[in-house]
Amino acid sequence: MPETRAFAPQFVSGRHRDEAAALGMWVFIATEVLLFGALILGYFVYRHLHPAGFAAASSRTDLVIGTANTAILLTSSFAVAWAVEAFSAETRKFCATLLACAIGLGIAFLVLKSFEYRSEYREHLVPGIDFKFDPVHVDGAQLFFLFYFVATGLHALHMMIGIAVLGVMALLINRTPSARHRTALHSAALYWHFVDVVWIFLFALVYLPGRAA
Amino acid sequence: MTNWPPPLHLVGAWLALVALLVLTVSLAHLPLGAFNAAIAMSIGAVKAAIVAAIFMELRHRDATTLIFAGAGLFWLGILLWLGMMDFLTRT
Repeated sequence: MPETRAFAPQFVSGRHRDEAAALGMWVFIATEVLLFGALILGYFVYRHLHPAGFAAASSRTDLVIGTANTAILLTSSFAVAWAVEAFSAETRKFCATLLACAIGLGIAFLVLKSFEYRSEYREHLVPGIDFKFDPVHVDGAQLFFLFYFVATGLHALHMMIGIAVLGVMALLINRTPSARHRTALHSAALYWHFVDVVWIFLFALVYLPGRAA
Repeated sequence: MTNWPPPLHLVGAWLALVALLVLTVSLAHLPLGAFNAAIAMSIGAVKAAIVAAIFMELRHRDATTLIFAGAGLFWLGILLWLGMMDFLTRT
């Protein structure tokens, strides 16, 4: 009787289990929204107090890398959404390949981000490590770059966790696809898309201000 | 390959997201004053809505899931609204 224990005793059906997993994932995402939300509230408060400093600091970020990274993340989300759609016993290799593509794009994002951090370090834009900026805007600029490193660093940590989760999913699906993996893949995909949404807002807050001047 | 081409709604969502990215980067270079920030955040919200509705499949989900997903936004709204109220109204 291999299928009798297909779902835990607290569920009445496999569908019940899948719905509980999805709802749990959304609760987790709500807590993550508030985690990044608190950071973004801090950003808005200090941008309101130092509008010119934030604009000057924002124009020193690397818009080319930022834009490329946004496109990379959007594409990786597309690959993961496609993997969810394509998931079945016959297409498991294809599904695992799509996840591998998303992982590759995620790693490319982190590599580009590290190049960006390196050039910001060299340009003395890291608060606390010999920070140098035009004296009129130095206060606002320091606050901006503090937000920048904390928010993008926290986002990068989420990316690393997401890459690891997608890697485990790709291995599991490649080996033995089952209905359980579909649910797990759904949850992993929700997490990856959420990390993408966070970046969409970070991109608008970090890279876009101060470009018109 | 049986999986080719990819589902049209996903391709459409991806194309729309990349187009909005190009649009928001272009508009950021126009001198529109305070509207620059409003435009950047609005386009960001539209992109997030596309990801949520199509990639995260919220458009196919029941009311319970929508409420759970909306709860995060609801509390975020309270956080930003009450958090900013003092700063925006103080003279």
